[in-house]
Amino acid sequence: MNKIVSSIKEAIKLAGLRDGMTVSFHHHLRNGDFVLNMVMEEIAALGIRDIKVNASSLFDVHTPLIGHIKNGVVTGISTDYMGAGLGREISRGVLAEPVKFYTHGGRPHSIIEGREKIDVAFIAAPTADNMGNCSGKYGRSACGSLGYAFADAMYAKRVVVITDNLVPYPLADFSISEDYVDYVVEVDAIGDPKGIVSGTTKITRDPVGLVMAAHAAKVIEASGLLKDGFSFQTGAGGASLAAAKFLKDIMLEKNIRGSFGLGGITGYMVDMLKAGCFETLLDVQCFDLSAVESIRNDPRHREISAMQYASPGAKSAVVNSLDVVILGATEIDTDFNVNVHTDSNGYIMGGSGGHSDTAAGAKLSMIIAPMFRARLPIVSGRVTCISTPGDSIDVLVTQGGIAVNPKNAELKERLEAAGLPIVDIFELKDKTERITGKPNELTRGERVVAEVIGREGNLLDRIYSVDK
Amino acid sequence: MNISRRASAGTMESSDAYIEIEPASELSIHIESVVKKQFGDKIESAVREVLSDCGVESAIVRVTDRGALECVIRARVETAVKRSGGGS
Repeated sequence: MNKIVSSIKEAIKLAGLRDGMTVSFHHHLRNGDFVLNMVMEEIAALGIRDIKVNASSLFDVHTPLIGHIKNGVVTGISTDYMGAGLGREISRGVLAEPVKFYTHGGRPHSIIEGREKIDVAFIAAPTADNMGNCSGKYGRSACGSLGYAFADAMYAKRVVVITDNLVPYPLADFSISEDYVDYVVEVDAIGDPKGIVSGTTKITRDPVGLVMAAHAAKVIEASGLLKDGFSFQTGAGGASLAAAKFLKDIMLEKNIRGSFGLGGITGYMVDMLKAGCFETLLDVQCFDLSAVESIRNDPRHREISAMQYASPGAKSAVVNSLDVVILGATEIDTDFNVNVHTDSNGYIMGGSGGHSDTAAGAKLSMIIAPMFRARLPIVSGRVTCISTPGDSIDVLVTQGGIAVNPKNAELKERLEAAGLPIVDIFELKDKTERITGKPNELTRGERVVAEVIGREGNLLDRIYSVDK
Repeated sequence: MNISRRASAGTMESSDAYIEIEPASELSIHIESVVKKQFGDKIESAVREVLSDCGVESAIVRVTDRGALECVIRARVETAVKRSGGGS
């Protein structure tokens, strides 16, 4: 038996892809990914139309999708995140059917429950053998974890592994195993290493960001959760990383030994592991070279699937054992609903990713954001789009004060007792608008261009077109 | 007060504004802003107010706003006016 086929085109034919079917992709190669574009180009060349694309995230490198939409090759998109370049076109209404936005936990849940069916999954594999055992840890296109690809591999009708580093059978340290794989294709390159992982993710030097980060670390310290066994996730944004750095200093000073760090993993989390702040890192996606190296070499740094990370349908998911998560926001309202899907003009420029999954699961869900960005206040009366419902957010940290969700009265008491600058969220909104001025309300377009699906599969909100 | 030469002030950095001013027979103000929908009217009235306070009745003024606070826009316009020979 040999699963090696000569080309992507051959694999598409053998997999039986026809008009109206769904193909899927994972996003560990991020903005360096070649695979989605290569596959879609072959699908278009074969004359197949009316294809639905289900991707764990889409980046601006995937902008050729817009051409496939205009030509009728692609007629539907499901994703957890979309880059701003693609988002702008979607917001202008290029796709007739609304985009379905899932979360990183909600996506595998929808696939396993069969609400989203995948006919052919394409797995971008930095290393694979001829039977399809594959890994992200090795090869010139190494990306570390393949966490988001597991549901695709396990539940798609056909699975095609595409690699640029074919190794002799068996690849012992596989992530996805051969029993799920139908075909293996070798190509020259699956991605551009420069776009796959950033060299180093840097903490902010912006004084406002540093004030926010210092506040964030103090909130965690005062929350009562920072003790032996502590678990933590943070984003890769500059202020979030600075918060992790301050937190590390506090943990080392007080000799606190945490349990695990979770998430998209950066070099800062790796540093915390090495310094003894955590016993383990649980990793669904690597953000930088240091994380890739760590997951390859350090057995304490474990790959996890998106289901284990965050699926509400899993028998248990790591997010439910998480103490603290630090998250970002483009907008938050006085009910603590958070928007991470659209920008200030209503254009799509992101998505939930694991935002609402971790917010729902963690004991303390913290939003860290400046009072305003480019004159636009962070706190509004009502967010343009609900990405994460306010009832799963505990606290908003800004440079102008810390607003605690009234549902968490105990946290407010603890933070007040610690002498932290607590502010009512309505007061924070007024205070910000005294600096920025009150923005005029935007008028939204008529058409629904995207639906935001909550992690359980519920319709959370709709995103409307932006008229020029 | 007259604008005697072209002048500019500010930068194209985020949260700043870049102001260009040049002599003309009447007053015209052109505003480009990343927050035009939210603050376009407030930006224009701030620019008009500063020009009027400086006694500028005729000039072409171009504002490229990257989300500057109003105090920043006012300061940048006033500086551009002074650099244009229009400081009263």
